[in-house]
Amino acid sequence: MIIKDKSIISDDWVVLRLAETDAPESVNVPAGRVIVPLAVWLAQRDALETRAELGAELGVWLQSDQRAEALQGDVERFAVIAVDFPRFGDGRGYSIAYHLRNRLHYRGELRAIGDVLRDQMFYMQRVGFNAFAPRAGKDIHEALKSLDDFSEVYQASSDEAQPLFRRVER
Amino acid sequence: MMYRYDQFDHQITAQRVAQFRDQVRRRLSGELTEDEFRILRLQNGLYMQIHAYMMRVAVPYGLLSAPQVRMLAHISRKYDRDYGHFTTRQNIQFNWLKLEDAPDVLADLASVEMHANQTSGNCIRNITCDEFAGVARDEIVDPRPYAELLRQWSTFHPEFGYLPRKFKFAMTGATHDRAAIAVNDIGLQAVRNEQGEVGFRVLVGGGLGRTPVIGTEIAAFVPWQHIITYAESIVRVYNEHGRRDNMYKSRIKILVNAIGIAEFRRQVEEDWKFTKDGPCTVTRAELDRIAACFTSPAYESLADLDVAASQPGNQAFANWLHRNVKPHKVAGYAAVVLSLKKTGMAPGDATARQMDAAAELADRYSFGELRVTHMQNLVLADVKQSELFALWQQASELDMATPNIGLLTDIICCPGGDFCTLANARSIPLAKAIAKCFDDIDFLHDIGDLDLNISGCVNACAHHHVGHIGILGVEKSGEEWYQVTIGGDQGNHSAIGKVIGRSFSFGQVPEVLARLLQVYVRERFDDERFIDTLRRIGADPFKEYVYATPIEDCKGLAGPEYDLLKQGTPYDMPYYSPRF
Repeated sequence: MIIKDKSIISDDWVVLRLAETDAPESVNVPAGRVIVPLAVWLAQRDALETRAELGAELGVWLQSDQRAEALQGDVERFAVIAVDFPRFGDGRGYSIAYHLRNRLHYRGELRAIGDVLRDQMFYMQRVGFNAFAPRAGKDIHEALKSLDDFSEVYQASSDEAQPLFRRVER
Repeated sequence: MMYRYDQFDHQITAQRVAQFRDQVRRRLSGELTEDEFRILRLQNGLYMQIHAYMMRVAVPYGLLSAPQVRMLAHISRKYDRDYGHFTTRQNIQFNWLKLEDAPDVLADLASVEMHANQTSGNCIRNITCDEFAGVARDEIVDPRPYAELLRQWSTFHPEFGYLPRKFKFAMTGATHDRAAIAVNDIGLQAVRNEQGEVGFRVLVGGGLGRTPVIGTEIAAFVPWQHIITYAESIVRVYNEHGRRDNMYKSRIKILVNAIGIAEFRRQVEEDWKFTKDGPCTVTRAELDRIAACFTSPAYESLADLDVAASQPGNQAFANWLHRNVKPHKVAGYAAVVLSLKKTGMAPGDATARQMDAAAELADRYSFGELRVTHMQNLVLADVKQSELFALWQQASELDMATPNIGLLTDIICCPGGDFCTLANARSIPLAKAIAKCFDDIDFLHDIGDLDLNISGCVNACAHHHVGHIGILGVEKSGEEWYQVTIGGDQGNHSAIGKVIGRSFSFGQVPEVLARLLQVYVRERFDDERFIDTLRRIGADPFKEYVYATPIEDCKGLAGPEYDLLKQGTPYDMPYYSPRF
């Protein structure tokens, strides 16, 4: 189960994580809905595009030390782009999401994966994530509540193009 | 006057309290682990110290109203031990809180338009400001409306809650920098260009701690409309590229030094292209709305007075006028510094009684407002010169009129080993010992301007690197020792002090200071300040004299009087603390 667009839904995407012995160019990408690492997308692009032409949906995920710009011009090819949070305190994923939404104009599903906890989800939602795969062992129904922690915000971000001072009469 | 919350500020603050109340509930029930909870509590100002939880309450740009100060006194009585500690970031800390009370403290603060948002954690911290903003004679631009703009922008900024490390802004609008802008991650100096338009000179990458660095200019003039987008680009580049592998190398200063200011500037400007002139550009209407809160109070039309002449022969009052009373832009008024540095008190501490009384003084003499200084004192910014004598008499009774502002005993001091889990050594007892050794007002006035800063560890909360004399607590084989630096300075001539040599025991430090001062007195010209003599003759004569003969360890200073832990305060275990 994941949270997507503020609902809890079942999910059949598989996140492909490379084992130490796997090489991006040779790792087997299983059939079905797979979110592949950026390195696999870059190394196996032709084969993955062929799959897409046959009707398969593509997903890709970025590590926190990779940059959104690596997908420049390609974002519309993906049904899902995921950003991995190796530790919940690693905040680079917030800027990656901001870039995907605001600079690369990605409009599809943007999913937070990895060390995803409810208390970070409100900010994640604001920078552009609309899907969350909370860390295993956490109550997903409880997590959903956090998306409504605040009903008003000061700054612009991916969710609000206008800062508060331009949106309301203060 | 000061910024007042509108319905949106109230709503956001109330929802923050509710959010944290739920997080505390989940921590107490075990649903959240301490590791998961730590970041959440820090972003609400809550630390776990040696004895209990400590809350650092934000005092945005150092400005407080009398009702807010009364609430701080109330909080200290209800939840703490009848006192608070004002900090070098113009905040106030309560040292003895229980975790389960923290949400109620936040709710009490919210009732007077205060909070503890982002006073810790790897996020944008409380923005500090010139304590004489709006009243200083050398002010070019009142920085407070811009500081409030940035406060709102940085509050719960969704992209910058989990930066590589903490991030500090400081701002001044005067020609003389009283906000230490050169030693903050971003330093902003409000200026006017040739057309008279307001903008900011922007410094980046300053900071103290393990690697002290003076900030570098990244932009000579950013027009005020663009200050949010420009700051956002700096923080974004830092968030993306700042180091996260080593917490000692994760501040923005390390990134700026690693890639160079030219490359850093290029990256910032590259990012800024996307947002400059976009929706986050500040509107005139928003600036005017905020600036309208900071209008001058209803000053009377008065003439400047010769206040000292009105009390002939009163040397104590004259001393106070000389050190604690500062010039004001309006004739007939003065700004008054209430000293929290009386000998025997922990520097920066104020009791509940003092806080209530300070609020009373503010109501009576200064339009109901106070400021907190980064030197850990309080300011009444708008006092009629004709009322200075009455104010002095009342402040004296409250132990807040020690005439030592800017003098040796106006010590900047961190909580140190008595409270802080990071400290290597005690700093408050050392500050008390030094104050006692040099407790002679004529001697202090003769020595004149001298910044003495004492940090209990290398994190440098007391800014020891920029003290004219800096003292740093270090640990050697389980014992506390103190390293002495000289030649540091804050303000327009910011400099990092240099270590004079091997470190000293607690009991040796006062004698070390005495020797440094003896060299100064021997070498100075007329009214030359300590720091100026040092700059002129260099550090060598000071070093040679300090180490020339053995320094006796003054055992008398190590007694129970200087040991907080033995003063009979009931330092019991906190009600709930996973440390124990």
